[in-house]
Amino acid sequence: MEEKVKNITTDEQQEYVINMGPQHPSTHGVLRLVVSLKGEIVKSVQPHIGYIHRGIEKMCESITYPQIIHLTDRMDYLSAHINNEAVCLTVEKALEVEIPDRIKVIRTIMSELTRIQSHQLWWASFGMDLGGLTCFFYGLRDREKILDIFEETCGSRMIVSYNCPGGLMYDIHPNFQKRVKEFIKYFRKILPEYDQLLSGNVIFHERSKGIGKLTLEDAVSYGITGPSGRASGFSCDVRKHEPYSAYDKIKFKEILFTEGDTYHRYIARIDEMWESMNIIEQLIDNIPEGPYAVKMKPVIKLPEGEYYQRVETARGELGVFIISDGNKSPYRVKFRSPNFVNLSVLNHIAKGFKIADLVAIGGSLDLVIPDIDR
Amino acid sequence: MRSIIDYLKEIILGVWSLLKGMKVTGSYFFRPGTIITQKYPNNRKDLVMFDRFKGEVVMPHNEKNEHKCTGCGICEINCPNGSIEIISKSILTEDGKKKRAIDKHIYRLSMCTFCALCVKTCPSNALAFSQEFEHAVFNRALLIKTLNKPGSQLMKGVE
Repeated sequence: MEEKVKNITTDEQQEYVINMGPQHPSTHGVLRLVVSLKGEIVKSVQPHIGYIHRGIEKMCESITYPQIIHLTDRMDYLSAHINNEAVCLTVEKALEVEIPDRIKVIRTIMSELTRIQSHQLWWASFGMDLGGLTCFFYGLRDREKILDIFEETCGSRMIVSYNCPGGLMYDIHPNFQKRVKEFIKYFRKILPEYDQLLSGNVIFHERSKGIGKLTLEDAVSYGITGPSGRASGFSCDVRKHEPYSAYDKIKFKEILFTEGDTYHRYIARIDEMWESMNIIEQLIDNIPEGPYAVKMKPVIKLPEGEYYQRVETARGELGVFIISDGNKSPYRVKFRSPNFVNLSVLNHIAKGFKIADLVAIGGSLDLVIPDIDR
Repeated sequence: MRSIIDYLKEIILGVWSLLKGMKVTGSYFFRPGTIITQKYPNNRKDLVMFDRFKGEVVMPHNEKNEHKCTGCGICEINCPNGSIEIISKSILTEDGKKKRAIDKHIYRLSMCTFCALCVKTCPSNALAFSQEFEHAVFNRALLIKTLNKPGSQLMKGVE
């Protein structure tokens, strides 16, 4: 025992291990990071996860397909609608159901609204992590407008449960188009304010430029998707490469940077908000007429086999893999969640930077803990 | 010499960027119309929720204390987390036949996730969402509700 103590002091002489979390404001949830430090320099970061593991994949095996929707809401709660869409698309793919254009267009608009509100909240909390509390208020103020649109059409604000296999739960509210147009008009005026407040700020530049560099090679080998991967030059936008819903009918550009530092991960998300607004503007005026849901059987049974569908959430690529044995509930469900994969790179890019930079790097990866734990 | 100029330029540009941010925050002092704060407990009287808002599941009754629930149990099957329990009884109809009818429609608000599957799948549209959202109570047992009112009956013409 005595010898052991001696070894630690000689081998890791000046290393100091601290716990960041599980209750730490910058981890945005219950994530525990065991950080070993030499002075102020981070030597390694070990994430400990599973504090809010609910076993969603296992729970899916005992419930029917329409019931899975309400669980996927609770994985990545900031892109709840896109998670729902992923499951619905997988089920529809398995049943080979033809989905009318109206449903596709509404789903796309809703997904992009979800993406904007997720990035708004990310911007708000990222600013707060780096010491700008004003960002938090401004970000949440603008997010409120989207949440009101959701509340009017879907009935709830964050955990929307608006999709169901075969279409949507209800038709859009008569005010929906008017409100979305109002929001776009408003947000086009407000978004430059974000730039003045944070993007151009000299303190923010000092804390983010050149911090946490991720090269293209590492991004590909770690599988970093979403805005974090695209900031390193990894062209991984599922909307572009494997279009689903109405993404094949619209024009938009994939935001790509090559630098891969914290600053460019930030800029990638700001640019994505502009791009999302472009997508919504192309669709909002010409929502086709038609039914809002396809008539499905009361008990949905998938034919025996394996089905996979991937979508682009606000944080990266979400894959849904369903194995069916022909019953009303799936044999196995696996979610390839973007946050779990993005977390794995934290140790690699935070090494050698200061502990205050770890907060900036963690914030720029935009982690949502319930999606990591599932 | 060049390095000193660059150094001073950096300082001035840095201060300028901070002032730019402060201009945004400062301008809100002169634009009170953009403030959207709701003073919630005080504005309770004129607070109107959206008509689709999912507050809690209710069973609408008409003025004769009649509801549309036949007690078929489809909502109970569709509920993903067992918040609905239906206790049915058999009654004798006017022509002397035995018929299944609802005794109690038990709804556990504390377990409900507001997925709206019960409301959507109900074949006779007996369930609906109310806009009530203030659910805080002192006793957990108060969150177990019986949706059909005492003495209520099935509406005529609903099978």
